[in-house]
Amino acid sequence: MKHTFAIGIGGAAGQGVATPGDIFAKIFSRRGLHLNAYNAYQSIIRGGHTFLTIRTGPERVTNMGDRLDLLIPLNQDAMHRHLGLLTDGAACIYNADTIKPGAAAKGVALCPLPVSKLADITRNKVAQNTLAVGAGLSMMGIGFQALAEVLTEQFKKKGDAVVSENLGIARAGYDYATANFKSFARPLPMTENRYAVLSGNIAMAMGGTAAGVKFYCAYPMSPSTGVLHWMAAHARKAGIMVRQVEDEIGVVNMAIGAAHAGVRSMCATSGGGFALMSEGLGMSAMMETPVVVIDCQRAGPSTGVPTKTEQGDLWQMLGAAFGDYPRLIAAPLDIRDCFKIIPEIFNLVDRFQCPGIVLCDLLLSEGRLSVDPRDLDFNPVIDRGELITTASFVSPGDGNGGYKRYKITESGISPRAIPGVPGYVHTAATDEHDEDGVLISDEFTNPTKRRAMMEKRMRKVEGIEAAVPPPVLWGPRNTDITLIGWGSTKGVIEEACEILTEQGISANQLQIRWLVPLHGDVIVDILKDARYTIIVENNYSGQFARYLRSETSYTPNGYIRKYDGEPFMPHHIVEAVKEQLSGKSTLSVPAHEIMV
Amino acid sequence: MATTVVVPPKHLAMADLKGKVDPDWCPGCGDFGVLAALQKALIELQIPNHNVVTISGIGCSSNLPGYINTYGMHTLHGRALAVATGVKLANHDLTILVTGGDGDGFGIGGNHFVHTMRRNVDLLYVVMDNQIYGLTTGQTSPTSRIGMKTKSMPLGNIEAPVNPISLALAAGATFVARGFSGEQKHLMELIKKGIQHKGFAFLDVFSPCVTYNHDNTYQWFRPRVKKLEDDSAYDPSDWVGAMEKSLLWGEDIPIGKFFERTDVPTLHAAEPVLNPGPLVQNSARIAPDVARSFVEELM
Repeated sequence: MKHTFAIGIGGAAGQGVATPGDIFAKIFSRRGLHLNAYNAYQSIIRGGHTFLTIRTGPERVTNMGDRLDLLIPLNQDAMHRHLGLLTDGAACIYNADTIKPGAAAKGVALCPLPVSKLADITRNKVAQNTLAVGAGLSMMGIGFQALAEVLTEQFKKKGDAVVSENLGIARAGYDYATANFKSFARPLPMTENRYAVLSGNIAMAMGGTAAGVKFYCAYPMSPSTGVLHWMAAHARKAGIMVRQVEDEIGVVNMAIGAAHAGVRSMCATSGGGFALMSEGLGMSAMMETPVVVIDCQRAGPSTGVPTKTEQGDLWQMLGAAFGDYPRLIAAPLDIRDCFKIIPEIFNLVDRFQCPGIVLCDLLLSEGRLSVDPRDLDFNPVIDRGELITTASFVSPGDGNGGYKRYKITESGISPRAIPGVPGYVHTAATDEHDEDGVLISDEFTNPTKRRAMMEKRMRKVEGIEAAVPPPVLWGPRNTDITLIGWGSTKGVIEEACEILTEQGISANQLQIRWLVPLHGDVIVDILKDARYTIIVENNYSGQFARYLRSETSYTPNGYIRKYDGEPFMPHHIVEAVKEQLSGKSTLSVPAHEIMV
Repeated sequence: MATTVVVPPKHLAMADLKGKVDPDWCPGCGDFGVLAALQKALIELQIPNHNVVTISGIGCSSNLPGYINTYGMHTLHGRALAVATGVKLANHDLTILVTGGDGDGFGIGGNHFVHTMRRNVDLLYVVMDNQIYGLTTGQTSPTSRIGMKTKSMPLGNIEAPVNPISLALAAGATFVARGFSGEQKHLMELIKKGIQHKGFAFLDVFSPCVTYNHDNTYQWFRPRVKKLEDDSAYDPSDWVGAMEKSLLWGEDIPIGKFFERTDVPTLHAAEPVLNPGPLVQNSARIAPDVARSFVEELM
């Protein structure tokens, strides 16, 4: 088993759950530890219940894990909800003045802090949080200096008095724990590595910046808003135009307008906003103007559960806009991949002049991961495709000198001139058109031309399939179990495979990153010798399973699905696999034990 | 990325602006007059046609980009202004003409209409307002008068029409005018002024539908339209006065420039990211030190 350590911090929105989380994250990443964080929260600004899990360790941490080592409940409600889930070796640090512990399992250390004795709570309302952070770090065997550095950075803008007050409180908590509480059995090590800690939203925004995006626009919608926030905060330094638009219809149309004028253009939304963008995607396809739309999935349908995760938008992406047209759909596998996938998809949409969709979800968008800065490449390959940005000739009359915007070619790709270039004047239309852009939808309706234009556009599909690598099987061959997932479930399935293998059930994983093109033949070939296959996904109906079947006729042996708003934990998958191997069921729906 | 080839100055003539195909509008349609006035205005202003983008939505009048030889975009129903905003922000050296109908602009595109005006995007928006849906064969439009009988309201319209001039004034348009397709020269002058205006220029044009609107015909408009320019006392910098004029309807219907102000920065001028020049000319990668600073924030 990998050495990991997980902290859970629970409280009401507005009680300051995020700050201790940020402090722990900074300290861990600066010690060269990896981390993965997930915040279970509600659509409420003050009150309710929010629960942040931060899991750290010297090796890659790919998911929130199954076990909490340290619980910090900031109110009675958080104590009630979470104490019962702690197991042997875990500890719970809490404010003894305001919170009563409940029944804890054997081996769970209850660590009450006499908050009003250790700090002046009339002066500092979040003293209990700072005391708990100090106490926790002492029990983890991390020197006080690490905390002092982070707190000084955090409060330096507020002046020396605030810094020293907070350092004093943290120190009191630290020393109190050293004197009164037992340290954790395995202290957290240190490594020479240094990591950046970022959310998927920040990763996608930075990935766009690296890809040369010059135009970003959005309408705020959870859980995609983080992309807008990063873009808006960094726009000037990055030379990116960022606009907040009146609705998502305006967003996609504005983005396509900017793309048409020649810049890389991106927007992000969630399922509801994406629904409004659907017609615009068809425009991108018909005008052959490339655009990238990010969909950060949340639990639907309709307003659904805005702060909870799901992989329920797949069929919306597959069916977005009417008519047949080439498109790309990529599902990033983790937060690091959220960065990497953006330059990749931009190169493809520029080359094939079609819309590209990045199918992310709340788990990645709002989760956080430690990433090696070397994996954040701001100098990736940029391929703008066949783009005409300067005049190669000047035709008499400055007309269009024989240029055909939608020239019929073998690849289906026609060189794209941007407005402003002399000699390439043309009209791009959402109506069906002939090679030089003249509408053949109204007066000039012509079945031969219509067929030729459909075939021209659809020929790009072959090129797209050749340009996108097929998926590969991860792990050993000839295993008892093959788990199939797509997008964000990569990390949790990977850990489930490790646990299963340790428990004597060998397992490997096929994780799908490109949904379109799917490479169905390759998938079927990989799976043909598998002994028992299970498709794992975060939705009710098995959207990927249905898609794979529709494309390949392939059906797996079983399914694991979860649609309660929370992400999978490794044990959910492990137990479901065992249930299926024992023949009890071919469809497992794990229950989420943590009440958040 | 920038256009580097210098085109020798050439006198732009009507032949240069003729589209590849002739308009498919019904004979007598008001839109012919608008197209001709647009072409004449571009010739008078001598704007090279490769620097003009004509952008439309969907409908009879929205077919216009196909009939004028400039860069063109024939977008989605109601979305021309959103697309045009994106084009302008990506390359603010371009002259943007947005053309469409009353259903396209005030019905399905109403949201973008209001927001594009308040943003003061630098473009000319010409609405060929025929008070009817033509391409869908004659239904009530947002500007159809109360009582007008159409296929969708056979007993007569009972919904109050939009007043495009008042709406534009209220939404913060910095140039608001009304023309009449039957007054070619006057219309062309308004188009020229609208193109030259720095900011959002709105031009509502009475462009009669000879097939489906038998109420608001050339004959109906001709005696009613009164040019604001003929009233020497009229002050188009007075917003309140413009609002009062916009409410006139009936025997006297004002046409001409209702309002113009030049003290509001355009969206592209107000955006510091565009200080170095048009976005499309900025193909530079992020500087390594800037990239490093983005990552260091997260460490």
